[in-house]
Amino acid sequence: MSERRLEIPRYGWRTHGPGFAMIAVLLLLYAGGLTLLEINPARLITGFARLGDIVMLMLPPTPETWSRFLVYLDALGQTLAIAFLGTLTAAILGLPLGFLAARNIVTSRIIHFLARRGLDTVRSVDTLIWALIWINVVGLGPFAGALAIASSDVCALAKLMSEAIETADRRPVEGIMASGGTRAEAIRFGILPQIMPVFASQILYYIESNTRSATIIGIVGAGGIGMHLSEQIRVLEWQQAAFIILMVLITVAIIDAISRVLRRNIIGRA
Amino acid sequence: MPHVIHTVPVLPAPQLAPLTDAYAAAIAAKRRQMILGIAITLFLLALSGLGAEVDPAMFWNKIGNFTDYFSRLAHLDSGEYVWTDPAEWFWGLRRWTRLLGETLLIAYVGTITGAVVAFCTGFLCSARLVKSATLRATVRRLLEFCRTVPDLVFALIFVVAFGLGPLPGVMALAIHTAGALGKLFAEVVDNIDLKPVEGIAASGGSWFAQVRFGVVPQVLANFTSYTLLRFEINVRGASVLGFVGAGGIGEELIIAIRRFYYADVSAILVLIVLCVMLIDIGTEKLRHGLVRMEGAR
Repeated sequence: MSERRLEIPRYGWRTHGPGFAMIAVLLLLYAGGLTLLEINPARLITGFARLGDIVMLMLPPTPETWSRFLVYLDALGQTLAIAFLGTLTAAILGLPLGFLAARNIVTSRIIHFLARRGLDTVRSVDTLIWALIWINVVGLGPFAGALAIASSDVCALAKLMSEAIETADRRPVEGIMASGGTRAEAIRFGILPQIMPVFASQILYYIESNTRSATIIGIVGAGGIGMHLSEQIRVLEWQQAAFIILMVLITVAIIDAISRVLRRNIIGRA
Repeated sequence: MPHVIHTVPVLPAPQLAPLTDAYAAAIAAKRRQMILGIAITLFLLALSGLGAEVDPAMFWNKIGNFTDYFSRLAHLDSGEYVWTDPAEWFWGLRRWTRLLGETLLIAYVGTITGAVVAFCTGFLCSARLVKSATLRATVRRLLEFCRTVPDLVFALIFVVAFGLGPLPGVMALAIHTAGALGKLFAEVVDNIDLKPVEGIAASGGSWFAQVRFGVVPQVLANFTSYTLLRFEINVRGASVLGFVGAGGIGEELIIAIRRFYYADVSAILVLIVLCVMLIDIGTEKLRHGLVRMEGAR
């Protein structure tokens, strides 16, 4: 009887060495991080116990009085206004900047490089930092919040747009140039119709995600619901805090639903 | 006299009229729709302008403050430009680098923890791997909650529960990351090729064997790429966690801004921007390498 051997794949240092080494480095870094950040089981256990207490205290979520509910509703409206205004301002400013940073529109390598780096620099500053800066300029309140959202998203939108422009089909542009159109006409009739649907659906995404960011912008005093939320947490009114979080969740869900319908229409039409 | 040759064939008027009319009607309908869209947007814009207390006149008067603010950021206390004396500008470099390192560590530990949770839950909410609809729906709702609540709100709550310091920051980032990545991971798992999984199932492999040898090799590259992207986002997010007392460089920054230590503000901002950019470039390189590795297979 001949012996049948099953070829079993071997796990050796040669085949899996690099992978193991990488995982080892990642784990080592993780363990180092836990030690340096002073994260240990004792703190986690007491923390989670206290967190459990907090969650129990949150139930049931309630605004307590109708007048407070109206105050929160008003603040939530303000949050939506901040998100909408900020995103639209960013979109209006971001579109031309996107053209400036697109390699096929601006052929100068230096301008392209400077535009891209400039966009990256502004993009790497968080919205909340922008909010603090704008508060120093226009004072506390929602206006500073809208400006903060606008300034942090201008560059993100511009970058997305420049990528959309770079991948746009060249043929319409060539057709317009060949039949004697100017550069402006080539952009208006050759490129703009191609990127408009992308642009519109990106704006909708940003309004969605900015509704989320606008809820926290109030933590530093730039208007909206965040101010009330951080205040209620600070004075340990957990039921009200939970109620505000619930209101935010519902609002975000509604905005999500609306923008999903709009986006489907826009993409369907294009 | 130049003679003009008409080479374009034109339909006779009675045949042409309905076509041009239809074209005009189609254009008019499109235009009406666009005008309606613009009108609604403008109305909402005006409404939000009122809601956000926008005051163009005040903005115009105070826009000087903005440039003024940046020029103050560019000056030392002595009145000199900051770049004339880098040693004075970055007087707290040691402390700030340590805090920046802490920020990076918070982002790293938060991202890894969140990614591991997302890795486990991503498989749980895929219809192709889990039969129970209730389990899938529960996991999905939970992930949705985790990513809808902003990380800073989690941080605010965790600071009360766990005390000040990096721990609440790590927890907040981890939970938010788990929610965001869990959704993306689930989408990746939904798009896999089921043949390897069926092969393992047919040769008697357990559920774990199916996932380990059938699914994981297919999704690992995508998972890694998403995790790297998330790490980038989390570095940015970790830079402001200190605003609510959850560790990192944010606390130093908010103190400097609130107390008008202009040179410190600009120094810390420069450090944050540099750091975020380095991380962006690094992860971009890694992701491209990953794509190449996948292509070479």
